[in-house]
Amino acid sequence: MVSNLTVGERQGALAILIVLTLCGLVMAAAAAGHGDPMEMHGYLVMLFSLGVMAILLRGFLAPPPSEARLASYYDDPIKVGIIIAMIWAVFGMIIGDWVAWLLAYPDATFDAAWASFGRMRPAHTSGVIFGFGGNALIATSFHVMQRTSRARLPDQLSPWFVLLGYNLFCLIGISGYFMGVTQSKEYAEPEWYADIWLVVVWVAYFILYMRTLARRKEPHIYVANWYYLAFILVVAILHIVNNLAVPVSFAGAKSYSLFAGVQDAMTQWWYGHNAVAFFLTAGFLGMMYYYLPKRAQRPIYSYRMSIVGFWGITFFYMWAGSHHLHYTALPEWVQTLGMTFSLMLLVPSWIAAANALLTLNGAWDRVRDDATLRFMMMAAVFYGLSTFEGSFMAIRPVNALSHYTDWTIAHVHAGVLGWVSLIVFGSFYALIPWLWKRERMYSPTLVEVHFWLALSGTLVYVFSMWNSGIIQGLMWRTYNDSGTLTYSFLDSVVAMHPYYVARAIGGLLFLSGTLVGCYNMWRTIRWSSAISAAAPDELAPPELLPAE
Amino acid sequence: MFKTHYRIERKSITLAIAIIVVASIGGLMEIAPLFTIDETVEHDPNMRLYTPLELAGRNIYIREGCYACHSQMIRTLQDEVDRYGPYSLAVESKYDHPMLWGSKRTGPDLARVGGKYSDQWHTAHLNNPRDVVPQSIMPRYDWLSQTELRTQDLGDHLRAQRTVGVPYTDAMIANARADAIAQASPGDADEEALANRYGKATQIRTFDGDPRTVSEMDAIVAYLQVLGKLSDATQPKGK
Ligand code: HEC
Repeated sequence: MVSNLTVGERQGALAILIVLTLCGLVMAAAAAGHGDPMEMHGYLVMLFSLGVMAILLRGFLAPPPSEARLASYYDDPIKVGIIIAMIWAVFGMIIGDWVAWLLAYPDATFDAAWASFGRMRPAHTSGVIFGFGGNALIATSFHVMQRTSRARLPDQLSPWFVLLGYNLFCLIGISGYFMGVTQSKEYAEPEWYADIWLVVVWVAYFILYMRTLARRKEPHIYVANWYYLAFILVVAILHIVNNLAVPVSFAGAKSYSLFAGVQDAMTQWWYGHNAVAFFLTAGFLGMMYYYLPKRAQRPIYSYRMSIVGFWGITFFYMWAGSHHLHYTALPEWVQTLGMTFSLMLLVPSWIAAANALLTLNGAWDRVRDDATLRFMMMAAVFYGLSTFEGSFMAIRPVNALSHYTDWTIAHVHAGVLGWVSLIVFGSFYALIPWLWKRERMYSPTLVEVHFWLALSGTLVYVFSMWNSGIIQGLMWRTYNDSGTLTYSFLDSVVAMHPYYVARAIGGLLFLSGTLVGCYNMWRTIRWSSAISAAAPDELAPPELLPAE
Repeated sequence: MFKTHYRIERKSITLAIAIIVVASIGGLMEIAPLFTIDETVEHDPNMRLYTPLELAGRNIYIREGCYACHSQMIRTLQDEVDRYGPYSLAVESKYDHPMLWGSKRTGPDLARVGGKYSDQWHTAHLNNPRDVVPQSIMPRYDWLSQTELRTQDLGDHLRAQRTVGVPYTDAMIANARADAIAQASPGDADEEALANRYGKATQIRTFDGDPRTVSEMDAIVAYLQVLGKLSDATQPKGK
């Protein structure tokens, strides 16, 4: 891989890594004096940079790559990104299932602070959202932006900077939770120095995207890119505003958020809900808009629906966050706005889902036979279902019952297992044979097995949490004839036990599917005997553009 | 609309700017007024501040992820008021950087748990919840009693809090460490000064039952015992 970098790029990479190593050294030295966890993070940054440097130096003196490389796409970082995404998937899902079992059997853990529920839960959420989802988005975006622009990435250093830099952010964040380093803001837990680093990486990502688009040979920017762009831009805005904080000292990890109380709550849920919108939705819609039509070999059903869906989602979502704060101390006018826009949001969401499903018209026989396409189809179905559920739960009286309960957990997992994970697996199964130039996945049967494990895992998970959530909500508000509350809080905890066991089993099913997928991907990559005919999109053939 | 879009999608910079503009409107309209409209947060001139020990306890609550299972926001619903007490007002978390309203009740709401149980109960419960509530699924936090609280940089913490808007005085910052130790060591000479700085209602006790050291257990129990007690404005007045 290093041998594909030009000499200038190798030197640039070395310079960046030296600077990073020094940053790590400074962090470690500054924090060492008073035993702050930032010391460990300094070592982590150093170790990471030195590790990458070792790889770089091994190929540093290799002959420079030939000019011929410029005639093809640059896919090395995509391949690495896919592998990293799957590693994070396994990590995040193992931790997730472990904490799921802890809610049924609370002592099933090590007798150590790092292994307690409160520290592991964010490691699960960040592991799957940022580790798995984020790497999948970065890797596929590199693929989609090149293919739809019919242009090679502008250079070979910045994609590596984005990919590896992003993973350094994930590592700092997640290792921090185990040490108790957290801002406590959901999905924005990493502390100030990790946040600053992510801004640097993100700016590089945006510039890379714009430079690639500037080199495009298509006059139009394809739909998938609108979504990836919205993902990059809006996540930047959200991340910066929600993480504004004042560190206690530049030699320590702890910081205090700039906002307090009700303003902080609103900012956090404006962030939190739109992390769902622009990280877990927009980016993956970009993925869907490319890989689904590609795999089905059908153009997108409607160009106009793509436009309405896109701008509707971009505009409406940003108002909806306050539905996380119904009946709280947030002023009621904001709650009402949040509910109203959440309901309107259903329109563009369903337009996007319908656009995907209608694209499959005429290809349903392939959906039946091809598990990869079925992954994507099922993802679109779950996307439609969970956006409907989301709008429904944003209605104030419904939210009165559902909020604070496991129903929210059911809803989130219908989204992240049913929609996000399935679209990623479908896209990876399509992409891996193309990238590694294999005829197909090593075992289509195992893709099929993975599909059914993932689907059944999702259903078991979601149904058990729907049950427990609704029972919880009802128990909390049930009154006796005498006008007192019937159940103690503990009664509701006890009633949850069977559902918590069922949920953990559902998670285990889903995790086993992921492991099957990893094995299959690994075999495909290592499967040297079956070098295929040219991958379908190698020589820049015309792209499938949306129907007019 | 489709014509406009047709033009925009041919220009990457225009597209990027359009996305930023369209996406920013919602946040600006909903968040900015919260800082300017006066009625958003009720007024309570007698609002007390977290003592350094309570603030340290709050930071342990954050570090251990208690917020993942406990909310601190009683909604304006009858059953919640009956179960947990008067509903939460914005002023009560006015100085909470960050807020800990939470989003999930795997355990009960804690917004008004202060004074509900004795210190011994909390210590025993945190050491092993199943010792006091056999069916509990809450994790054990037995290392808190054995870990000495870091007090040397509490002054820096108060100073950072002041930077973000909490009115800690110079005297509070200068005495942060001594105040933290005094609050967990009754009979200490600094007790009076502590009460003068943070108010007569400040609870001064050996929270974890061990007067010899100030442990993390002291801090978190002190924090739990002050939840819901910093403001008198728990009932909406004149509404
Ligand atoms: C896995 C979820 C979970 C985590 C994490 C958790 N708790 Fe709990 N907590 C519970 C449950 C369930 C109960 C109800 C049963 C009981 O009383 O133990 C509870 C009860 C409590 C109570 C008693 C509330 C009342 O009104 O009866 C307090 C106080 C408490 N927890 C404090 C904490 C603190 C402090 C932390 C962090 C150090 C914490 N909890 C972390 C689940 C959790």
